[in-house]
Amino acid sequence: MELAFAVVIGVLTASGVYLMLRARTFPVVVGLTMLSYGVNLFLFSSGRLATGGQPIIGSAETYSDPLPQALVLTAIVIGFAMTAFVVVLSLRSLADSDDDHVNGRIPEQDNARQEQEDAK
Amino acid sequence: MNHWLTAPILIPLIGGILQAFMGYAPITLRRTLAIATTVLTLVAAIVLLVLADDGSYRVYAFGNWQPPFGIVLVLDRLAALMLVMTAVLALFCHIYAIGGTDENSRQFHGLFLFQLLGLNIAFLTGDLFNLFVAFEVLLIASYGLLMHGEGTSRTVPGLHYVVLNLAGSAVFLISVGMIYSVTGTLNMADLAIKIPQVAEGNLPLVKAGGMMLLVVFGLKAAILPLCFWLPSAYANATAPVAALFAVMTKVGIYAIIRVYTLMFGNQAGELAGLGMDWLFPLALITLSMGVIGALGAESLRKLVAWQVIISVGTLLAAISFGTVAGTSAALFYLLNTTWVVGGLFLVADLVDGQRGSAGDKIVTAPRIANRTFLSVLFLMGAVAAVGLPPLSGFFAKLLILKSAVTESDVAWLWSVLLIGSFFTLIAYSRAGSIVFWRNVDGHIEERQKLTPSLSVSASALISLSIVIVVLAGPISRYAEDTAAQLHDTSAYTQILSVPMVGEEK
Repeated sequence: MELAFAVVIGVLTASGVYLMLRARTFPVVVGLTMLSYGVNLFLFSSGRLATGGQPIIGSAETYSDPLPQALVLTAIVIGFAMTAFVVVLSLRSLADSDDDHVNGRIPEQDNARQEQEDAK
Repeated sequence: MNHWLTAPILIPLIGGILQAFMGYAPITLRRTLAIATTVLTLVAAIVLLVLADDGSYRVYAFGNWQPPFGIVLVLDRLAALMLVMTAVLALFCHIYAIGGTDENSRQFHGLFLFQLLGLNIAFLTGDLFNLFVAFEVLLIASYGLLMHGEGTSRTVPGLHYVVLNLAGSAVFLISVGMIYSVTGTLNMADLAIKIPQVAEGNLPLVKAGGMMLLVVFGLKAAILPLCFWLPSAYANATAPVAALFAVMTKVGIYAIIRVYTLMFGNQAGELAGLGMDWLFPLALITLSMGVIGALGAESLRKLVAWQVIISVGTLLAAISFGTVAGTSAALFYLLNTTWVVGGLFLVADLVDGQRGSAGDKIVTAPRIANRTFLSVLFLMGAVAAVGLPPLSGFFAKLLILKSAVTESDVAWLWSVLLIGSFFTLIAYSRAGSIVFWRNVDGHIEERQKLTPSLSVSASALISLSIVIVVLAGPISRYAEDTAAQLHDTSAYTQILSVPMVGEEK
């Protein structure tokens, strides 16, 4: 289980980071979401992985650490709100600059425009 | 247990919630309530400063849970100093904001107060995860504030700011998870006890976690490789927001001081002084980068935004010594730079309003109205920021220069800081002489009116520099006491044994 868990975290984080480095806002938002999934799983594993453990002492033979679960819950809520905000913000950026490039415009177009002006 | 500790959190929280429901109330009512809330926050902060000045730690345990099991608020001299510094800055920014900035959004005051709420939680909390939550609270309010205003110029810098900070939050969570998985606690006092006891095999995990925390705080504080988002974001924000954001980088610096002196301080065994050997060169490069940016700035706002980065470099250089003298010099400089940079953002906006289409660009333009008043304010701000006598920046930089001990530190710090200050002086003189002196013929049609709330708040923030000089004795005494208290971490860990309500006998 540990190996599967670690591989999932690794794949999520790697794809998240890769997508975040893209030039369009949509992949960046998806990348941020995947990164936060990976981080949430990682945070959960900081309480050690156990099956059949309950977070209440005495209810089962092994008990699991309740704190990482509380931390993950908080991180999920915050991550969800932030994702909603960044989606709205990237839509506004698309509307404001008529382009979904993260810089609001494509650098090549900028250069082409500059060259045209220079030619005049 | 001291219930006063919750006041700087509850007051802006309640005020902010009120504002959220009052979007359609008359603007005078909203303004009155908002300013009243900020004034009350300042009063609460001053009360806490007086309380904290006896040098003891005061603890508020939420839900009466004994630390380290529950979340605690901890008040010490550093927390109180940061609270007062923020509240003073926020009050003047808020007064400036009611001069017209708040008109085109119904939620400006709510966001402003939530921003204060997040800042105050960050300064008071004694729990690493709660610090993360505080960062998120202040960040989400800052996203809203940064986007506040007309036009589309803020969207792209805002997007960069939000995405960078979301990535930063992810790194923060990873490092919190790493530290928790080894120590089993997130209470800062408990961490200070547990980290020296970490087993040999687990040390790399804690070390990696600690270094990743430095990356997160470095992103907030805008240390060099992580600082390029700052100038365009701050220069495009509306003036009172940019001025309030002068304290945002200081939150990162506060977190570095708090976490690295407490958890990775001298008593931390193998991990003592973690990251500090990185911090000194990075700080000096940040400083040089800020100076280069200031020299190349094309507008007054950009110039002041680069000044923020210069002050971050200066502060971190002093902090990275890890000595009482270094920290106290940094704290003295912190007060000076936060207020003056905030004031300079407001002055840049006032100049912008007087110059029509030239705005705050550093270009020749027709002679501005109120030139004497504005240029004197700019001169005072520049003198205080560069660190020329007789204003407070000079004394602060002198203290920082004196805090360097070893020969190589002295050589590096003195040369970079002094040459950097000289070039900053050139940047300010160039900007000031072009904007105020080199006039072309012409007449500016639309001028912003200098209402009392605008001019009073801007001049008050700048002239706080004089106040710091007049009160230099008590302030440096307080800064020294704060630094001494910070470096005596055994006293901080006593909060774990503080009696809860019902246990006191």
